[in-house]
Amino acid sequence: FSSAVDVKQRIEQMVKSKDIVVFMKGNAQQPMCGFSKAVVDILNMHGAKFESYNVLADEDLRSGIKEYSNWPTIPQVFFKGEFIGGCDILLEMHRSGELVDELKKIGIKS
Amino acid sequence: MPVLQSQVENKLRERLDPIFLKVEDFSDGCGFKYNIFIVSKQFEGQSLLQRQRLVNEILKEEMNDIHALTQKCVTPEQWEKMVAENPDLAKQDQVQKPSDSTKKCEFHQH
Repeated sequence: FSSAVDVKQRIEQMVKSKDIVVFMKGNAQQPMCGFSKAVVDILNMHGAKFESYNVLADEDLRSGIKEYSNWPTIPQVFFKGEFIGGCDILLEMHRSGELVDELKKIGIKS
Repeated sequence: MPVLQSQVENKLRERLDPIFLKVEDFSDGCGFKYNIFIVSKQFEGQSLLQRQRLVNEILKEEMNDIHALTQKCVTPEQWEKMVAENPDLAKQDQVQKPSDSTKKCEFHQH
């Protein structure tokens, strides 16, 4: 049993648990969806360490994270507790070079 | 329920008055997976996240049924640069026909 408030608190702790947090389908070693895999690949390419949470293993988390960030799809990427976006946004940031700057801001040299 | 491609296109046209719009159904016509490429003046001065939030908001009802969505949201200025580098972009049909709808649709749980 868990109420919406509990889920929200749990997610708040999760997004702040590491500098980079990813909510995805599957885990970093074994992504279960191409979009989630793309996010993992991009972050790995930049040598950025991250924490990942598998929404497929937790239905409360799967629906809760969408509400928390007001974002309808998975994966979701957070830097320093702040929602950055999904796969398209991370990919675009990677292409434009913006990602390097954003990572630098949170102290990660890629 | 499948989401109609025309329904996605109409909503985006109505709300964003795009100068270029391409909606592709990559679910073999089932209406569950879409790629959206949209050029609109309304994206000016907005971050990638704000642009995609706008599209998500417009397609809020449809998002309940759509399983996968990729978005490329660009400003007219960015679009001009992209076309200058790759003139073929602008030649593509603005409205893509759904791929062969006689194909058997597979139902995935995403």
